[in-house]
Amino acid sequence: MPVVMDADRISRALVRIAHEIVERNRGVENLAVIGVRSRGVPLARRIAAALKSICGDDVPVGALDITLYRDDLMRTTVGPQPLVRRTEIPFSIDDRVIVLVDDVLFTGRTTRAALDALIDFGRPKAIQLVVLVDRGHRELPIKADYVGKNIPTSRRETVHVKLTDTDGSDEVSLESEA
Amino acid sequence: MDAPAAQAVVPATSLRRKDLLGIAELTPEEIVLVLDTAEAMKEISQRQIKKVPALRGRTVVNLFFEPSTRTRTSFEIAEKRLSADTLGVAIASSSVVKGESLVDTARNIEAMGPSMIVLRHPASGAAHLLSRVCKSPIINAGDGLHEHPTQALLDAFTIRERKGRIKGLKVAIVGDLLHSRVLRSNVLLLTKLGADVWVCGPPTLIPLGLEQLGVKTTSRVDEAVEGADVVMMLRIQLERMEGGFFPSLREYFSVFGMTAARLKRARPDVIVMHPGPINRGVEIASDVADGPFSVILDQVANGVATRMAVLYLLAGGGADNEAVA
Repeated sequence: MPVVMDADRISRALVRIAHEIVERNRGVENLAVIGVRSRGVPLARRIAAALKSICGDDVPVGALDITLYRDDLMRTTVGPQPLVRRTEIPFSIDDRVIVLVDDVLFTGRTTRAALDALIDFGRPKAIQLVVLVDRGHRELPIKADYVGKNIPTSRRETVHVKLTDTDGSDEVSLESEA
Repeated sequence: MDAPAAQAVVPATSLRRKDLLGIAELTPEEIVLVLDTAEAMKEISQRQIKKVPALRGRTVVNLFFEPSTRTRTSFEIAEKRLSADTLGVAIASSSVVKGESLVDTARNIEAMGPSMIVLRHPASGAAHLLSRVCKSPIINAGDGLHEHPTQALLDAFTIRERKGRIKGLKVAIVGDLLHSRVLRSNVLLLTKLGADVWVCGPPTLIPLGLEQLGVKTTSRVDEAVEGADVVMMLRIQLERMEGGFFPSLREYFSVFGMTAARLKRARPDVIVMHPGPINRGVEIASDVADGPFSVILDQVANGVATRMAVLYLLAGGGADNEAVA
């Protein structure tokens, strides 16, 4: 499986994205970072840490589980239900700029579900989207504001994101059609 | 931030069954899956907008053949928080009073295409009967003296939330052991997850062979409560007490009632539970029911989260009949 991003590349991309967030929002005041479960959460924490080292301010971090908002839930006739995990947003999102973080942007359906889920928590001032990898093939009109790396793929390929927190090491690889 | 508490049992990835009929059929892994899912569901109940779209377009029929406030309300709130359409069939105004059988009632309701049926019935085994004749998932909300699985699940959820674990805890269950489906479901669940379960009641209210379920029985409350992490009181079912099981309610309270003095034998961080409705001054003293160790109202709150978990997990199975709805 060809490795498309190694650990150094991932960490440089996240630091660069943190700088872009600061530049675009003129600081981190009134900003919060929310990761989409599961791999968006460690990425969100790393971005928050990078923001702190740039600006010196703590940025609140949350975790969002989008399972109950998926558009493919209950569409199949019979089958096991996807696991639901806890959403943890221990702060008000009203009138804040929310930086939403996910690992891979593909069809855009996860992001659509995440937007719906977030709106149920309040009315943010704005939502900006961070993805580590944009692999194309959008099925919905959704675009990322900050991208770690654009990776052109075929639909039949699979992008694997490994992170130290969940998988023991940092690596993005591309698996061609089996 | 992620895992609830260190636990010996790795949760299952899904409930591979159509119905929830009892705890007896569940594996420990499935029980932990329900409890973990309930944790995610509990967070929804703490939001300002307490609703998620998971069961949108599904209809859940609540078929209650026995009086119930807590369970019925709890199921209905759980269904609404998952965006299901809910329908309560009030038996007093239904065709059951004209002599229609349970199976016929259920078949007719099923012909209207519900997604799930929640059943409370005075006959033991009623839910099992319906599960054989209905394609829709059946959730047992209490059948006769048999089982009340969602009550045991919410009790386990409450214990785990307070104690961080279930394995190795001493749980004393005190009260009417003979007529209690809550007891049976709780004993099955707690022993499956490795708790040390003691049950206590008047000798006339201890069913024969209870020890075979892996519990210790006693008629001495002090022995049951000694060093207990959890004290669970069962209701004296006044409507079923015509058999002369004990001389009087006053005497019952003086021998078996949970008082602050008796509770001193338990661990200092004991929690006191009761499935409700409580008879103050019969099985439990008012100051204990309302006291600092009581988690009775937590149980009620957790009931909604636990039932949301069960509804969600079962909604994936047996949904074939949606096509005709």
